[in-house]
Amino acid sequence: MSVLAEAWRYLAAHPAQFMTALGVHVALSGAALLIAAAIAIPAGIYAAHRPGTAFATINVANVGRTLPSLAVLALVMPLLGTGFAPSLFALSLLALPPIVLNTLAGMRGIDPEVVDAARGMGMTRREILWRIEWPLALPVIFAGLRTAAIQVISGAVLAAFIGGGGLGDFITAGIAMMAVPQLLVGAIPVTLLSLGADFAFGALQRRITPPGLRGA
Amino acid sequence: MTWFVRNWDQVAVALGQHVVIALTALAIAMAIALPIGIAAARSDRIHAIAIGVSGVLYTIPTLAFLALLIPLVGLGRTNAIIAMVAFSLVVLIRNVATGIRGVAPDVIDAARGMGMDARRILLRIELPLAAPVIVAGIRVAAVTVISVTVVAAYVNAGGLGTLIFNGIASDHAPKIWSGALTACVLAIAVDGSLAWIEHRLSMSRAA
Repeated sequence: MSVLAEAWRYLAAHPAQFMTALGVHVALSGAALLIAAAIAIPAGIYAAHRPGTAFATINVANVGRTLPSLAVLALVMPLLGTGFAPSLFALSLLALPPIVLNTLAGMRGIDPEVVDAARGMGMTRREILWRIEWPLALPVIFAGLRTAAIQVISGAVLAAFIGGGGLGDFITAGIAMMAVPQLLVGAIPVTLLSLGADFAFGALQRRITPPGLRGA
Repeated sequence: MTWFVRNWDQVAVALGQHVVIALTALAIAMAIALPIGIAAARSDRIHAIAIGVSGVLYTIPTLAFLALLIPLVGLGRTNAIIAMVAFSLVVLIRNVATGIRGVAPDVIDAARGMGMDARRILLRIELPLAAPVIVAGIRVAAVTVISVTVVAAYVNAGGLGTLIFNGIASDHAPKIWSGALTACVLAIAVDGSLAWIEHRLSMSRAA
């Protein structure tokens, strides 16, 4: 318990440093998620109705999904250098596969009869996309965003190794100096951040699920 | 590239350590997840608790988890392996349970009609039929464990991450490249091989 008390004292002694690191961590994770979503969701929707493109996209994303986060961050460093921007680039790349795979799965999981019925009612392709496919695929897309968010928050800790800042700075410094209180000041908040994001995305996902699909 | 070729022995040692750590973690995780997954397949309550707890463990950021273990077990390989086991549990438990639950009730009935007891039904019917789904879980867990091992070099566990961290510390790009690319190739190769096994297993089940 005394270690926790020491960690608390460390935190109380460095409030500005902590708030900056927390701010950088949230900004880095949030921005990477937004950039990845802005690319992956349209790409997934585009590929959904084109079997060849979908096949290629799934294969590339599956390979991307297997790459170790730290390896990707480390590979970016010799190319783009250190700091916030190279970290953001690497984290955005890491967030792409789960979002694009789930967008594709969501779009392709829609019952073809539903789309047929919509077409029979005289809906245009545009209307079918926005009023039928998008709301039905959205819960699955959200599940992808949730996976990506957890991955990005975890990856942003590793960004400390390439000078990206964030809460990982406390952890790496704490490990380097074997200063447990300092290490906890990074590790505990980032764990809470990740659990909080998981919970929030889970709650949102349930809210945006159309009533007809709930409990299925 | 020249650094990689000239220091191939150094890369090979790191790669060997990486594989040993990952395999150890995977074996321990499987030994824990198999009985829990079997229990979870039979009971919704156990399923909810097991997935809930292991899901929370999975959500903890990698480096934070390794750091949180330091006050308890210090630096080194034990620390890394505990973290990896914790990260792999959710997918392994979920897939063992899903695989067993996916076995058709008719098949179980037929086995029971042939006089098989619960133990033999589990070993000779349920687990073999669940194998493709279980291997799919092992595949995801293997990729996770390889990825965590890279980070675990920071807590002195060894492996390919060592090259990356040494490279970063001495600003030596070829070393970073060698460690990072070898780790990527290892992850892709393991994922591909297990995908192939999974495919073969599901083909033979379908036949």
